[in-house]
Amino acid sequence: MGFTEVVGRVWEVLTRRIDSFLFGSALALFGVGLATLFSAADQSVARMSSQLMSFALALVLMWVLANIPPPTLARAAVPLYVVGVLLLVGVALFGVVVNGSRRWLNVGVARIQPSELMKIALPLMLAWYFQKFEGRINWKDFAVAAVLIAVPVYLIKRQPDLGTALLIGASGFYVLFLAGLSWKIIGGLAVAGGAAGPFFWSQLHDYQRDRILTFLDPSRDPLGAGYHSTQASIAIGSGGIIGKGWLNGTQTHLDFLPERHTDFVFAVFGEEFGLLGAALLLVLYMLLIGRALVITANASTLFARLLAGAVTLMFFTYAFVNMGMVSGLLPVVGVPLPLMSYGGTALVSIFIGLGVLMSVQAHRTLVKS
Amino acid sequence: MARPTLFDSGGYRGRRRFGALELRDPQRELFLFRRRLLYAFLFVLLGFGGLFARFVHLQVVQHGHYRTLADSNRIAVVPIVPNRGVITDRNGVVLAQSFSAYTLELTPARIANLDQTIDQLAELVDIQQRDRKRFKKVLEESKNFESLPLRTKLTDEEVARLAVNRFRFPGVEIKARLFRHYPFGEVASHAVGYIGRINDRDLERIAEWEESANYKGSDYIGKVGVELSYERELHGTTGVEEVEVDSGGRAVRTLSRVAPSSGNDLRLSLDIKLQEVAEAAFGDRRGALVAIDPKTGDILAFVSKPGFDPNLFVDGIDPTNWQLYNESPDKPLLNRPLRGAYPPGSTIKPFLALAALTSGKRTQHQTISDPGYFQLGGGGHRWRDDKVGGHGLVDMYKSIVVSCDTYYYVLASETDIDDTHRFLSQLGFGRKNDVDIEGELTGTLPSREWKRRRAGNRVDDRKWYLGDSISAGIGQGYNAFTPMQLALATATIANDGVAFRPHIAKSIVNTKSGEQRAVAPQPTHTIAAKPEHIAFVKNALVGVNREGTGARAFAGTKYVAAGKTGTAQVYSLKGEKYNAAKIDERLRDHAWFIAYAPADKPRIALAVLVENGGFGAQAAAPIARKVLDFHVLGRAEPGAAAPISSPRDVDDTSD
Repeated sequence: MGFTEVVGRVWEVLTRRIDSFLFGSALALFGVGLATLFSAADQSVARMSSQLMSFALALVLMWVLANIPPPTLARAAVPLYVVGVLLLVGVALFGVVVNGSRRWLNVGVARIQPSELMKIALPLMLAWYFQKFEGRINWKDFAVAAVLIAVPVYLIKRQPDLGTALLIGASGFYVLFLAGLSWKIIGGLAVAGGAAGPFFWSQLHDYQRDRILTFLDPSRDPLGAGYHSTQASIAIGSGGIIGKGWLNGTQTHLDFLPERHTDFVFAVFGEEFGLLGAALLLVLYMLLIGRALVITANASTLFARLLAGAVTLMFFTYAFVNMGMVSGLLPVVGVPLPLMSYGGTALVSIFIGLGVLMSVQAHRTLVKS
Repeated sequence: MARPTLFDSGGYRGRRRFGALELRDPQRELFLFRRRLLYAFLFVLLGFGGLFARFVHLQVVQHGHYRTLADSNRIAVVPIVPNRGVITDRNGVVLAQSFSAYTLELTPARIANLDQTIDQLAELVDIQQRDRKRFKKVLEESKNFESLPLRTKLTDEEVARLAVNRFRFPGVEIKARLFRHYPFGEVASHAVGYIGRINDRDLERIAEWEESANYKGSDYIGKVGVELSYERELHGTTGVEEVEVDSGGRAVRTLSRVAPSSGNDLRLSLDIKLQEVAEAAFGDRRGALVAIDPKTGDILAFVSKPGFDPNLFVDGIDPTNWQLYNESPDKPLLNRPLRGAYPPGSTIKPFLALAALTSGKRTQHQTISDPGYFQLGGGGHRWRDDKVGGHGLVDMYKSIVVSCDTYYYVLASETDIDDTHRFLSQLGFGRKNDVDIEGELTGTLPSREWKRRRAGNRVDDRKWYLGDSISAGIGQGYNAFTPMQLALATATIANDGVAFRPHIAKSIVNTKSGEQRAVAPQPTHTIAAKPEHIAFVKNALVGVNREGTGARAFAGTKYVAAGKTGTAQVYSLKGEKYNAAKIDERLRDHAWFIAYAPADKPRIALAVLVENGGFGAQAAAPIARKVLDFHVLGRAEPGAAAPISSPRDVDDTSD
């Protein structure tokens, strides 16, 4: 074998399972994110290199996941879910309290946040369940699925971490929806949810109510809970159509924007690149989600379909909730903007999701044949 | 398909009521799944569409609003305090100037534990107990959000040490500030005055001037002396700087700047060398001296002893020094020339003589016989003369030269007090004379009207008695004049009856254009007296220093000086013989001397008061001599003026 052949072979192994369209749009978003981060972090090289390190790790994991066939993933579903639930119970019993919430579990070497694991374990579990009873699915299965969703959601809500609980609940709901949950039940759930509103309100913690009230009227507490929201709106709004230009955002660089390289990175982007930039960003997200939906639509097994669909919709949900929150459309919840926000964990999770989608795409003919 | 009928929900074949798919057909299954996926896609489109609509709302519709908010976030308008004008004496010697220095300032509202912070700062820079006390005092008087000085005039090393540690101390700042310095300290302190931190009363004053905008950023304002009366000339116009600030309020860069324009410089008519000579002549004694150029009204010297160090007041005086000044029985904070009212004693005699000549009550040749006392009617109260046995035959000239009391007792008994009042008020007695240093007292020039209005319950307290006139006739009784009034009256006589407004500012200099605005001498009025009468009185005043009560103090002058001694009773002896040694120092008489020189062409007129100094001839005249010598001859005679408590000397007693 000649050198070029070796290189060719390695390249083939590396790229065989990689969906170039999906990877291309993710790379574009990450590039935009990196540029924004450079501005948001006041041109800190340390932040850049740290984000790039995470990116390298994320690429490796994406490649690994892309090379694992969906049935192998399916085998991991039950153990992951069980371990996840046990860890959540462990948190409830022995968790470490940080900032008034019991979210962390000390496992000797490090503190872990089991709710992060649940974000992938729950859709995996549900997809596995519906796959197992494919063709024989009836209302009992939806009931079982509802319980499978309710257990982790309840445990996380208790921590308390309402935002994550709702997001994990949403990921479970997406699987049910794609599995064909009746519109009547969906409608019924919506009505019941509305009717139970006052009850849920009474169940909320003070800070949660505060966030919702502040969302409805940020001027209620412009220096406290409303400060983030108000300053982010000012940043985006003052950006105008073409923006103030890269590195020129006054809200950003004069330190008025809190959390500007993590959850509120979109405010930096909106201020510096304006409506045109925001529209371009939405288009990039649409391209990535559109490609993911095509992959989902073409998946060969129910498990693959449900898993890919849930991952895709979660990707959308994160992007939507984050941008909605930053632009003042939704209450403030701690959700990073996929591929844009600074932070290794979030970046790695996103690329793991992309790896799953690539695996589904790459292994579709194999399963079919 | 286990229980098909139960779950069949219509619509698509095989679809169950609870939404489960029961199809074996993968094609249909895929079709249904893809339809759900289409809904999901529509959901995604809807979500992103909603976001886009929100962005349009924020970035297009409300852009202007948010642009304004962002700008008001980032742009702060900072006033730039102008440089305060320099105060100099008539020869350009600097009496007050501003310089820039670093101060350590604390904003109490931003500091949780003030004492602890100060303790920590004390490890870095020298913070004395008196700095702490002063800070506490300023703190009590301040509003919460001000930054207040803890230590001023930091050295470069201290600045460096603080700058390195600044991050440890939120609410602590090093600021470059303009300081006021008075190089002469106590000398002329009551004339120059001082500036101090702006308080609520000052703010009201500023609002009255409609200058509130101009004082944004100014921390200091004139409190006393010309610093107060010429505040609006000295202050200058505040500049404005628009700066971009970060969320911590720190200035990042300057966007625009309107430079401040410095306050005008003030040139005083005061001669600081003369002032120093005068203050030195007082030694440790308390008192006042006002010297005026009779032809212009220029105030040449303005002494109030003891004085104070104005430098202590600039940053807020510390409680220890404040207590020292405020509670001292010597009253160093009292502006004696303007706010000290003393009975004029015999210094009033030449003015009464002029009044009598003008009204025709006396001619200069009329004589009286002085037995050593004056008795009203047959066996009434006896008013003593100073000289036991009397002065014998006394005409008007002699009455002034030897200061014969009996002559004036008789004159007063024949003169209506209201006529006297009318004449003397022309000379500036018993009224404010529009001096350009604030705080003038009117003093008391008694009249029937004045006594009637005076507070008092009994009729006796309000009715004018002949006895009142007689006491007033030798400058005692109700008479109480300020040294400024006596100096002005002396100057007016010296200037042949033409009165000038006394003023201490000579010119105001615009520092930018160099343009000078002179304070023009303003003759206010000419007193109603015949020139020959004034000339007679002037001649008698020359006689005082040549052959009368001032002769000893003015022996051997190389110029001719006119003068008049005076002794003002503090304590009524009720007919006993005055014995200085037996009387508590603070109950001793006040010594007066008024003078002008040279007699033919007066260039300086003055009034000297030595509190509890005893006799005017002894205590006050030598001080006047030193000042006149210096001004007329340009040099001072060496040695202190006179000892304070020499016992009464028979030869010197004629007063």
